[in-house]
Amino acid sequence: MSWTRKLLRVNLNTASITEEPLNMEWANDYLGQRGLATRYLVDEIDPACDALGPDNKFIMVTGPLTGTSASTGGRYSCVTKSPLTGTVACSNSGGHFGAELKFAGWDMIIFEGKSASPMYLNIENEVATLLPADDLWGKSVWEADKMIRQKHQDPQIRIACIGRSAEEGNLYGAVVNDLHRAAGRSGVGTVMASKNLKAVVVRGTQGLGGLADPKRFMESVKAGKQVLADNPVTGQGLPTYGTQVLMNVINEVGALPTRNMRETKFEGAAEVSGEAMHEPRKSDGKPNLTTNGACFSCTIACGRISTIDRTHFSVKDKPEYWINSGGLEYEAAWALGPDTGVDDIDALTYVNFLCNEDGMDPISFGSTVAAAMELFEEGVITTQHTGGVELKFGSAEALCQVAEMTAKGEGFGKDLGLGSKRLCEKYGRPELSMTVKGQEFPAYDPRGIQGMGLAYATANRGACHLRGYTVASEILGIPEKTDPLESTGKAGLVKAFQDATAAVDSAGLCVFTTFAWTMDDIAPQVDAACEGDWSTDRMMEVGERIWNLEKDFNQRAGITGADDTLPPRLLKEGANVGPAQGKVSELDRMLPEYYQLRGYSADGAMTAETRNKFGLPG
Amino acid sequence: MNITLKLYATLQDLLPAGAKRNAAQIEIASDSSLNDIIDAYQVPRELAHLVLVNGVFVYHADRDARNTLRPDDVLAIWPPVAGG
Repeated sequence: MSWTRKLLRVNLNTASITEEPLNMEWANDYLGQRGLATRYLVDEIDPACDALGPDNKFIMVTGPLTGTSASTGGRYSCVTKSPLTGTVACSNSGGHFGAELKFAGWDMIIFEGKSASPMYLNIENEVATLLPADDLWGKSVWEADKMIRQKHQDPQIRIACIGRSAEEGNLYGAVVNDLHRAAGRSGVGTVMASKNLKAVVVRGTQGLGGLADPKRFMESVKAGKQVLADNPVTGQGLPTYGTQVLMNVINEVGALPTRNMRETKFEGAAEVSGEAMHEPRKSDGKPNLTTNGACFSCTIACGRISTIDRTHFSVKDKPEYWINSGGLEYEAAWALGPDTGVDDIDALTYVNFLCNEDGMDPISFGSTVAAAMELFEEGVITTQHTGGVELKFGSAEALCQVAEMTAKGEGFGKDLGLGSKRLCEKYGRPELSMTVKGQEFPAYDPRGIQGMGLAYATANRGACHLRGYTVASEILGIPEKTDPLESTGKAGLVKAFQDATAAVDSAGLCVFTTFAWTMDDIAPQVDAACEGDWSTDRMMEVGERIWNLEKDFNQRAGITGADDTLPPRLLKEGANVGPAQGKVSELDRMLPEYYQLRGYSADGAMTAETRNKFGLPG
Repeated sequence: MNITLKLYATLQDLLPAGAKRNAAQIEIASDSSLNDIIDAYQVPRELAHLVLVNGVFVYHADRDARNTLRPDDVLAIWPPVAGG
């Protein structure tokens, strides 16, 4: 339903809730979701504020296609200032929560201030109420979800919730909705916790409405779904193998970061791959993967629903984990597996369950554990610090133990909850942190995939694959193959991916559609749903405006071009094996051209000219 | 000569008996082209999307070239896939 044209403003200082009209002028300039909420954030907070203080705001936001029948049109984002990076944070999630918010009649919720005691927001269509959450505080996402359902006795409600990790100050706390979908990155859940806000519960029954041209919308949606169905990636590959199909691909090209990115191939990759998830296990003859699953209105259905082997050490005495729940996605499997050297698929699935259960970003968690393992290997961290855990690379037992500690914010889990950057600084070895702007890397080594080095260095929320996924071109040949070892031409490629992704996110769609869809498939759907002209060119222009708005926020927060860099390991230590053997990231070759294409100064600063060109707020 | 053939995702059922973890040792004529091997193992050419020799992508236009493989090379093939 394009827009409901209204938002909820929840002041947690005063427990007051007000309705406001959506700023349609901003929706015209920034489309929705990621772009629109960032525009509100820029208007309403000082970018230099304390991310965990009451002056930061926390926004849950939908796009114009959220809640529609457009394929994957169910996404929402949590937008705020990140406590992990100090940058703007926009963390995107699927499931059904975003669509339900639309059905309740709301495009966006802005939370401000801090509640004196734990609360949760309950929304039943136009009625929104803050309710006490003292009994929910200290409970996991899964426990709280169950308690809320028992209380409200409505099986149709949708819940977005934080876990114990965020309550305990873990800086990469996630917001988990529908039990195992997550706005996972950059610590958006930790901001929610800082406001004493445990959960948002939504029930909407108002259905669809507000489309600018319903008939044309249905036609464009049908055409878009056909493209997804006919494409071998979105029609067959992703439903069957999920994102985990990449484990063997990225390992084969020698760009699978291994053991805190010291190495670029993992000998155990096949054991934790998408193919391995299909193999029957010895104990009960069942595979790790039970079935695939889809988010709201998605016709791809890449989600993994998995079980853990009941005889596995991690769960043999814990029947509460003998369930079907959200299984391994590639980025999580990489961080928990190759980056820690662990090749035990049941251990990885268990830790992934814990990350969902207590709202932790598995990428940041796994990467932080990897850094701690290197510090342990070097004798900087000892069993005295870890509470007796032998935190060695490759130890599935150690991984599970520290995951349990971190999920609850106990013992050494407090240190791991700092994230890799602060952990390595605390122990005097900052160079061992594999982060950009304080956020941990995802699963692609920028020495073997050169464009990703630039994408990581310049991403507005710190190291991130979802801000400019040049892997699609450099490795997978989508939309066309480029040489992953070549840095020439990558500045333009990265910029194009960054701008397009900003537009896709802001529409309320999943970026995975772009493995089949081009902007020519997306723009007609947005154009039919929204007022005004939404051509492909306009979408790209709006994407670039959103990118620059985020950049401008960061600049005002004190982030400079000097932060657009990579850890020394990736700039000085060559890849140890594979096609990229001996090669480092050629960031220094790509960055000047990128700044030029962006219209930034030579040292990476936003210029008045570019600010004016895109009409950014002064 | 012997090389390692790896077939992944929906192609893995085309591997010869005895393959382990998506990989099999196969014997080929020393002048075999990649397309000779792709055809011999009944991999539909349109599904041989990502073709890597020792981790390096080989474009469609180069897959008929002969005498490019060396003993113990690794040929890995995927249908169109993506993730992230």
